[in-house]
Amino acid sequence: MNKQMTSAQVVAELRDGMTIGFGGWGPRRKPMAIVREILRSDVKDLTVVAYGGPEVGMLAAAGKIRKLIFGFATLDAIPLEPYFRKARQAGTLDVMELDEGLFQWGLKAAGMRVPFLPARAGLATDVLTHNPELKTIRSPYDDGEELLAMPALNLDVAFVHVNRADRLGNTLVTGHDVYFDQHVARAADKCFVSAEVVEEKLELTKATARFNTFERSLVTGVVEAPLGAHPTSCGPEYGWDMTHLKEYSDGAREDSGWATYVEKYVRCNEDEYRERNGGAEKISALPLPIF
Amino acid sequence: MATPDFSLAELMIVAASEAWRDNGEVLASGLGIIPRLGASLAKVTHSPELLMTDSEAFLVEEPIPVGPRGNYEPKYSGYMPFERVFDCVWHGRRHAMVGPTQIDRWAQSNLSVVGDYSKPKVAMLGVRGLPGNSINHLNSFFVPMHSKRVFVEGEVDMVSGVGFKPERWSDLMRRDFMGIGVTVTNLCVMDFAGLDNAARVVSLHPGVSFEMVQENTGFPLLKAEELGETPHPTAEQLDIIARLDPHNLRSKQLKGDPRGIRKPEEVEL
Repeated sequence: MNKQMTSAQVVAELRDGMTIGFGGWGPRRKPMAIVREILRSDVKDLTVVAYGGPEVGMLAAAGKIRKLIFGFATLDAIPLEPYFRKARQAGTLDVMELDEGLFQWGLKAAGMRVPFLPARAGLATDVLTHNPELKTIRSPYDDGEELLAMPALNLDVAFVHVNRADRLGNTLVTGHDVYFDQHVARAADKCFVSAEVVEEKLELTKATARFNTFERSLVTGVVEAPLGAHPTSCGPEYGWDMTHLKEYSDGAREDSGWATYVEKYVRCNEDEYRERNGGAEKISALPLPIF
Repeated sequence: MATPDFSLAELMIVAASEAWRDNGEVLASGLGIIPRLGASLAKVTHSPELLMTDSEAFLVEEPIPVGPRGNYEPKYSGYMPFERVFDCVWHGRRHAMVGPTQIDRWAQSNLSVVGDYSKPKVAMLGVRGLPGNSINHLNSFFVPMHSKRVFVEGEVDMVSGVGFKPERWSDLMRRDFMGIGVTVTNLCVMDFAGLDNAARVVSLHPGVSFEMVQENTGFPLLKAEELGETPHPTAEQLDIIARLDPHNLRSKQLKGDPRGIRKPEEVEL
């Protein structure tokens, strides 16, 4: 069994109109090498599902998003994701805006193969008003409580970036927080993982095996993508690249900003990408953010 | 004893810390420098039972100083990644202090958009965890610039956090898990504990009058019976704040870093 693929092979699996989900959180451990490959492709009309970071802004800027399902989009140190904001304010982005916990519930429902999970989050707010597809239900038990029935967020494809993987699809997330990647992986028909390092076969101790957060049977393909989360962080190995994120963000103020960014950072291969960001050594040494 | 000199930010940190008094063993989440220092001060002084994180993924019993840590080594006592924070939220043992873009007379809050939802004038972060936080546990607000733009006249543009507006609720929805704590602004401390959850001014910062607050609020305010001046930080509290904020990040949170004691004409509106 060998699930190793190239990012081009992975992206070739995408079809127009698919619903795709991303692991990570804001500017943290996003599968950016794969996002860049999607930007190089002609796939379009995607429904994007994410705890949003720059992948949301970039795919929006490239006009690839038909609908965004999200709880937030942020670069953290730069609170407002510039291209998300631009698309949103232009009124061109169809959105399903959810509470962060509801979002998790939607992924979990998909992973559990149930149509919905009940929740209180979202009741009495405009999350209901602006998402008429969200329905409430009444508890069938004596309490009779009215709850929001969060529908399953079924994904056609999920992309997750991890620290280590092997060719069988085993993965390790050694950063301090695993975020919600296990739910993203389980909600999808196919999950493709990019990894800092892909080994023949992981050989772990009991202590390190605990960093495995979802099983390989959920993983369709594995892509080796060293520094593949850049410009987002990939703890404990490297932090996010503020210089890069600032350049990206500042560009959004100019009409030609996105085209300039694409020319410099997308129309190249990953080796060239690393060189254009100061080289692998420099990226590996980016300090982890302090919160 | 001579009154120590203090800044408005320090006064607000002390006021914020009071939000978490007598809360029990809840997860205290202060979002932003002043709320976080408020939560940390609460834990160091009157409420050591509070749970607190390093603002990343670990629990600590000793609040972590804000900013670069130098030689400071955090002492971890447990694990609290995002997923477990969500578990805490839904279970209810949490009290967060957040800074929404808009707050209305019903204590509803907005972190999503200003203007028309389909084509907003300003798109902010998104609702984030506000819907779930607000319906499941106690929430307080932090407002660095008290104005009618924040405290809006009508309803907030996008209700992200629940409040007390009856029309938003059905009789079958549980409202008893929600609660609004205090609202700490650069002018005063407010709560929503008046009749029918009407907003009240609980204390005024030095140099601020009730009328000044009312003029800068889009909805009518009540005077709390015990309305007085916001308590000044003590020398001990100021020492602790300085230790928790060694790089003086608190001085950068409010425009012009005003002094704590101001004459009415010095209050910037």
